[in-house]
Amino acid sequence: MEEIRSRPVWKEILATRVIQICGYSSILFVLLILYFLLSEGLPAVWTTDITSLLGTRWYPTEGFFGIWPLIFGSVIVTLGAGLVSVPLGIGTAVYISEIAPRWAKEALKPLVEILAGLPSVVLGFLGILVLSPFMRRLLDMPTGLTALTGAILLGMISIPTIVSVGEDALNTVPKAYREASMALGATRWQTIWGITLPAAKSGVITAVLLGLGRAMGETMAVMMVTGNAPVLPHSLQAIFMPVRTMTATIASEMGEVAAGSVHYSVLFLIGIILFIISLVVNVLAFTLSSRKITRSERLLS
Amino acid sequence: MFWHLPSVPAKSPAAKGCFPEDNPLQKRMLAPQQVEKIGIGLLILISLITVLPIILIVVYIFIQGVPAFSWEFLSSMPSNGMKSGGLWPAIIGTFYLTLGTAIFSVPLGIAAAVYIAEYAPNNQWTRLIRIAIINLAGIPSVVYGLFGLGLFVVFLKFGTSILAASLTLSIMTLPVIISTTEEALRSVPTSFRVISVSLGATRWQTIWRIVLPQAVPGILTGVILGLERAAGETAPILFTGAAFFLPRLPQSPFDATMALPYHLFVISTQVPGMPIQIQYGTVLVLLLFVLGMNLAATTIRSRARANRQW
Repeated sequence: MEEIRSRPVWKEILATRVIQICGYSSILFVLLILYFLLSEGLPAVWTTDITSLLGTRWYPTEGFFGIWPLIFGSVIVTLGAGLVSVPLGIGTAVYISEIAPRWAKEALKPLVEILAGLPSVVLGFLGILVLSPFMRRLLDMPTGLTALTGAILLGMISIPTIVSVGEDALNTVPKAYREASMALGATRWQTIWGITLPAAKSGVITAVLLGLGRAMGETMAVMMVTGNAPVLPHSLQAIFMPVRTMTATIASEMGEVAAGSVHYSVLFLIGIILFIISLVVNVLAFTLSSRKITRSERLLS
Repeated sequence: MFWHLPSVPAKSPAAKGCFPEDNPLQKRMLAPQQVEKIGIGLLILISLITVLPIILIVVYIFIQGVPAFSWEFLSSMPSNGMKSGGLWPAIIGTFYLTLGTAIFSVPLGIAAAVYIAEYAPNNQWTRLIRIAIINLAGIPSVVYGLFGLGLFVVFLKFGTSILAASLTLSIMTLPVIISTTEEALRSVPTSFRVISVSLGATRWQTIWRIVLPQAVPGILTGVILGLERAAGETAPILFTGAAFFLPRLPQSPFDATMALPYHLFVISTQVPGMPIQIQYGTVLVLLLFVLGMNLAATTIRSRARANRQW
């Protein structure tokens, strides 16, 4: 008996070990990413003047490394993208999950998947050639390469995330909720607003968070259409002005700097900021959505 | 809350409800049925606003790109400072990068998913793995580029190369492959495992011979979608392996390479006087690639659903 079993047992232990190591590899990768960002980026904090980092001017060639204009650029473009993608994304998710007949579902979902698969350079390219001339004529501005154009493109890019996560959230709402609401005489519309959406609230918020996170991290499209001007604006008019996001700054300047220079480590420092933002957004989304699971499990049991 | 419509009775003290003039039912401007009609109309409108641009983009790229499209455009080298000639080195480069990404990320991703779905105990460590995966999925692509530059290009001295770029893209693709594979594994009924183990198979034999084969279509769909994303990315390869222009094809994994998305970025922003036809032709090639991958993924998925015996 021992002899017959010995081979599978040996194989079993090896396979289990290898798989376990692969399972833990994600933690290793996150730590590696964090380590290399910190080791290349933290020197920026003591090699540059801290007042320069917190200043309002980004002129790396003259030693001004103020990151506020870049943070501002990212924030305004992301918020603008949210104004586009949240209503459209949630609306589409609600339509697909609650109302759409089968054929409409089968038509809408693949289209949204195509959008999700489109490389962001393709959208950036169309942004340069089609959207920005259109915006320039529409709003009668000197240039179409503005924060607004970037926000519209980023909105499109974050829609697939919001639709798919939002739809999943709505699908996890037990069918009995809707049936009970309809049985009480509510219309489908009242059921959606009064029952389904509130029940899926944490999932919907997760969808919005992940969509905005995606928008903030987007690089190529936003670099191609926002006009690349790292200036700190004075008013809300900024949405019609060229801006420069954190991601676009890294992408457009990293190719030209010497490894180990101050400029190089400041770009990594911006990478650390982006990493921290995505960490916060994703951990928040994760805790929200896992709370949702435990609650619906409790309700169903 | 913003989703409370006027048709939902406002909260009022119980006593007030006794008087007919306070009855919210009588204050309604519209009947609930009318509100429903308007609301559903609005949702249909929103969905159309969402998908119409997608259809327009696809049609527009086809119309603009087809004139430039020819076998020669695909199979010849760029010439005259990229202003004429074809896309061959960029296509080959993207193929190499995708292949390299697949070699690293597919086995690792599937193994990691097997651990999470089949082995992992429900404890803090597993929760940590999940958080790590979610984080990997959320990290901006340009930050992956920085990481690849720091680890693979500089620290491991791979230089700007196909190898460094593929490894960077692999780690970026990993969360997509892990989460779709995990979902595919979890959709295999528990009874399959129970029966296999009851027949004397070990846990590993059960996974290798029973669970994984059943999950293949789902895994394949996830792998294709993950690789599609990797192949379309530009930011992670900017500083790890992409070349502006190369007169010859890459000879080894340690060579830099041209790649389709980066090439499109270059010809649409960095080269003045680029013929518009070539630009649209390049976009069309990228679009066909995306549509092809999507079609493959959906075909596998729907076929597997039709053939599923459970």
